[in-house]
Amino acid sequence: MELHHQTLHEVHEKLKKKELSSVELTQAVFKQIGKTEKKIKAFITLTEEMALEQAKKADAVIQKGGNFPPLTGIPLALKDIFLLKGTRTTCGSKILSNFVAPYTATSVENLLRDHAVIVGKLNMDEFAMGSSNETSAFGPCYNPWDLKRIPGGSSGGSASSVAAGHCFGSTGTDTGGSIRLPAAFCSLVGIKPTYGRVSRYGVIAFASSLDQVGPLAKDVTDAAILLKSLAGHDPKDSTSLNLPVPDYQKSLGRKIEGMTIGIPKEYFVSGLEPEIEKAVRDAIEVYKKLGAKIREVSLPNTDAAVPTYYILAPAEASSNLARYDGVRYGFRHPEATDLLSLYKKSRTEGFGPEVKRRIMLGTYVLSAGYYDAYYLKAQKVRTLIRNDFTAAFKECDLLLTPVAPSAAWKVGEKTDDPLKMYLSDIFTINVNLAGLPGMSLPCGFTKEGLPIGLQLIGNHFKEETMLQAAFAYEQATDWHTRRPKL
Amino acid sequence: MKLTPEEVQKIADLARLELRPGEVEKYGEQLSNILSNIESLKKFQTDTIEPTAHAIEVPTPFRNDEVVLSDARELTLANAPEREGDLFKVAKVL
Repeated sequence: MELHHQTLHEVHEKLKKKELSSVELTQAVFKQIGKTEKKIKAFITLTEEMALEQAKKADAVIQKGGNFPPLTGIPLALKDIFLLKGTRTTCGSKILSNFVAPYTATSVENLLRDHAVIVGKLNMDEFAMGSSNETSAFGPCYNPWDLKRIPGGSSGGSASSVAAGHCFGSTGTDTGGSIRLPAAFCSLVGIKPTYGRVSRYGVIAFASSLDQVGPLAKDVTDAAILLKSLAGHDPKDSTSLNLPVPDYQKSLGRKIEGMTIGIPKEYFVSGLEPEIEKAVRDAIEVYKKLGAKIREVSLPNTDAAVPTYYILAPAEASSNLARYDGVRYGFRHPEATDLLSLYKKSRTEGFGPEVKRRIMLGTYVLSAGYYDAYYLKAQKVRTLIRNDFTAAFKECDLLLTPVAPSAAWKVGEKTDDPLKMYLSDIFTINVNLAGLPGMSLPCGFTKEGLPIGLQLIGNHFKEETMLQAAFAYEQATDWHTRRPKL
Repeated sequence: MKLTPEEVQKIADLARLELRPGEVEKYGEQLSNILSNIESLKKFQTDTIEPTAHAIEVPTPFRNDEVVLSDARELTLANAPEREGDLFKVAKVL
């Protein structure tokens, strides 16, 4: 297989055996970017000079010999929501189009501690609001499996770049499915860890009680390596969990015989495309053969996902995005005459339509007289959703569902109907509302050749169980070995 | 659930956004559709249910109040749309 299509752990072996240097690897990646980036538009900013410097340093670490972290010298890319000191960080928005990060996100510091090489900042839906990457102020990003289609969102560039071989792994954020959906649409492994597992410090906030950082990768091993590096307690994030980070790679290869996997019946409903349902049901059969116990379970409040999310996330977003006022950073409208017009004109010109829609929705549900009917009600329903999962995990180790009701759609297909777009997240949102770890892994292709994703959901802090089961499935199938032709 | 043009305008004002011609109608319709979907939450019985603000309850962590060095000052000021010395400059407020 061509170098850029190999996995992170495969190229790590090559670096270890000194068959290849990090500088050579990084140059190969940029060569590939030069060839195919214009077709997929995965990057907002490329950082070639910095990457080659980091690669040189990584080579020095490798030359010293001894053990070095598996990310040493590996070209990775960051969703443009992660602050990296001295580089432009736009969050996919015009309002931050000239913002240069004054410090680095803790999760990115962790990757740099492990000597990773950062090749660039990735395209995304503006402020991570979207499911298709089409709300980006820098233009859409395209799916390497079919260039007429969207890669999923909001971490669209994070998925597209890895699938195209423009990096060996990427970071994403997931507020309602923004890692898992693009991973599913681009045949990748994507993990949304337990809320609090990875620090949010230096990650531009969308909905703070739901946002979580995670990796997108070519297989389960790569995802486990990346998660190990990203995760860990951070005193700079008060919601960060003060728990030891397990060596996730060690849980791979453990037998899953006797593990109980729950199948929530509410996730197999009308609206789920038959091809997707078949691929997921086939995956259940694979798990049966591997010795897992399959049990049907009920999550009766599943229907509440979209309405609950579209109260809570916009409410939190409208508060978080109040800081973009044109005063200290970001876009300032040149025609502002006083403070009020400075706020209004800068925000009106700086934000795109989806962000404005969500800010207005959030402002409305939090406004005087409506708080109890919307926000408080949604927080109570959130408790019901969480209770559903608590009950299910009393009888199961894991839950298995589809990631999305359909495969990737065509560019422009849903842009005129926000509600239709929101419904693509019906199977992923509740995982965020309940703070659980969830992941997407490849489980097949449609007749048209579009990737299909399988979702595994673990109990709080049980990423290891999830990865163990994902790896067992991956070993029994070969979906993860396929690469798109660009 | 149907928002009136006045309500849409009020929301935009509160959110510090200006609406261009035609946008009151466009956003009004889209927001009304979304709010109609949200109305479906009424069917969930929550009278005796406590709200969840964060899915995982973490007690507020405390740390020592120590001074740490940061070099973010100049980089932060460098992002100012307009500055005067070490200050952010805005139009006259008072």
